[in-house]
Amino acid sequence: MIKETAREITEKKVIPMRAELDEKNQFPTEILRDMAKADLFGIFVPEEYGGFGGGCFDIVLALEEMARGCVGVATSYAANALGIFPVLISGSNELKEKYLPDIATGEKWAAFGLTESNAGSDASGIQTTAVLDGDEWVLNGTKQWITNGGEAQIYTIIAMTDPSKGPRGATMFVVEDGDPGFSYGKKEDKMGIRASATRELIMKDCRIPKDRMIGRRGTGFITVMKTLDISRPGIASLGLGLGQAALDEAVTYAKQRVQFGKPIISFQAIQHMLADMAIQVEAARALIYAAAKHIDNNPKSMSKASSMCKVFATDMAMKVTTDAVQVLGGYGYMKEYPVEKMMRDAKILQIYEGTNQIQRNVIGQELNKEYS
Amino acid sequence: MKIVVCIKQVPDAKDVRLDPVTNTLARDGVESIMNPFDRHALEEAVRIKEEHGGEVVALSMGPPQAEAVLREAITCGADRGVLVSDRGFAGADTWATSYTLAKAVRTLGEFDMILCGKQAIDGDTAQVGPGLATQLKVPFATCVQKIRSLQEGRVDLERMMDDGYDVVRLPIPCLLTVVKDINEPRTPSLKGKMKAKKAEIRVLSAVDIGAEAECIGLAGSPTRVVKVFSPPPRGDRTVFTGSAEQQVDQLIEQLRKYI
Repeated sequence: MIKETAREITEKKVIPMRAELDEKNQFPTEILRDMAKADLFGIFVPEEYGGFGGGCFDIVLALEEMARGCVGVATSYAANALGIFPVLISGSNELKEKYLPDIATGEKWAAFGLTESNAGSDASGIQTTAVLDGDEWVLNGTKQWITNGGEAQIYTIIAMTDPSKGPRGATMFVVEDGDPGFSYGKKEDKMGIRASATRELIMKDCRIPKDRMIGRRGTGFITVMKTLDISRPGIASLGLGLGQAALDEAVTYAKQRVQFGKPIISFQAIQHMLADMAIQVEAARALIYAAAKHIDNNPKSMSKASSMCKVFATDMAMKVTTDAVQVLGGYGYMKEYPVEKMMRDAKILQIYEGTNQIQRNVIGQELNKEYS
Repeated sequence: MKIVVCIKQVPDAKDVRLDPVTNTLARDGVESIMNPFDRHALEEAVRIKEEHGGEVVALSMGPPQAEAVLREAITCGADRGVLVSDRGFAGADTWATSYTLAKAVRTLGEFDMILCGKQAIDGDTAQVGPGLATQLKVPFATCVQKIRSLQEGRVDLERMMDDGYDVVRLPIPCLLTVVKDINEPRTPSLKGKMKAKKAEIRVLSAVDIGAEAECIGLAGSPTRVVKVFSPPPRGDRTVFTGSAEQQVDQLIEQLRKYI
């Protein structure tokens, strides 16, 4: 049902618009509203807060369909989930009651504020600070490359509350659009996923009520790590949907394109490329679905499965989209066909929500622990 | 507002054939869909409900399998579905259908508005909407492209014409048939789908609605299909603009070509 709904919106609304959104660097506000009307924003929100109580697997299914249309649009949707996960995972009941119902209906959107100019892969380099002043937290610092920045109304931000304690001195907060001292910096001009908004968040003596702290003081890093463990299969699924879309385009083209008097799909060189693409896509699908089901069973450790599917599916997406451009040849390189955009969109998947190098570190560390 | 939306299950236009003997549409083995114009009528009804409150009832006359379009209507925001179904209705033309639907609407009680698609893509007659309004003795407007405002007791709307539109005010209750331009139908929601799965579709028979046997189905249908043909394409049209005098000058100039 979720898959069907996501597919319908993708086919009717996203695919006809994607080239224009990409060209104009335009945020897909209307499409996200349509998704909200179709209840897609509520799939991962617990039923008591107006959602459907779905898990990682449900999100993965929805994102796969959305990414078949446009990874930029799908990223905007995914970033909303990423943004609210900290509240879902570690937030107090009051915070959940305050924010989750609006997320479930799609009335409000969320964004996740982790990255800074000196803290990307090394999250411990965070320089944003939060100081308690009476009944308020005062935040100072700048977050960089925040997806849905300027478009979302709810921001989950990590800041150092006790810098001397290192990673144990970080805490997460909810900052709302319109909070005093909270503003947006420049909007980035990106290579791909141009429909998504990527922007700086600037906190200058930004004052928020004391009760906007997510979880206990000093638990920010744990919340971030848990959030990323659950969200990474979503990014993997963006790679899966994208790879599937590129394969669909390549096969369709190869059946139509005639050279030397035959459709090019009848040449073994092309057939083998398409076969390899299909194998990769199917293997990624199997790994992602397995990882998502594993995560939904609430296991003790999910980092390895989560990282594995992220690495595999996003590396696959890069390869398969590049090969799709190759199958389409000169046409593939032109903007008239969608595969060049797919190739540009694929690259970010290997970079964001933890680069694929960092994912391999995680997998390595987990292996090290398992065999100790 | 209580709004009744009339919905017809039609064969998918991608796959239409004519029965060589009766000259009517052959429906066997063709996939059925909700008449596309009715989808716009439903969307408009749901939007009115969202703004003004009330209830949207999807109503269809058809064989038992027409229940599917009523469930689909619930996924798109209708509150409930009512199917008027009886072997006796078979072979109904637009006259008998209007009569039957009118009887069904009366059975459902008071209403504020009835919305229909401007026509069904199978028969293409555009007669059932106006016929139903006439049977119910309520005013109607066809080809509505926009509802401008809806207030206590009246509705202001635009009717699509060949060149521009008419602005019309109707008292409530009334019946409107809509064109595709009126809105963009939404994607069925997940909550709607769950509701539709569980929904009970009320089925009304000829007896339930108090229909006279001689007025329904083939017996109540004066229409006979004599011949089916594609109408010849319309000739070129020219629209004159400017002041009345300028327009007359342009007309005379055109006419001179033929003298």
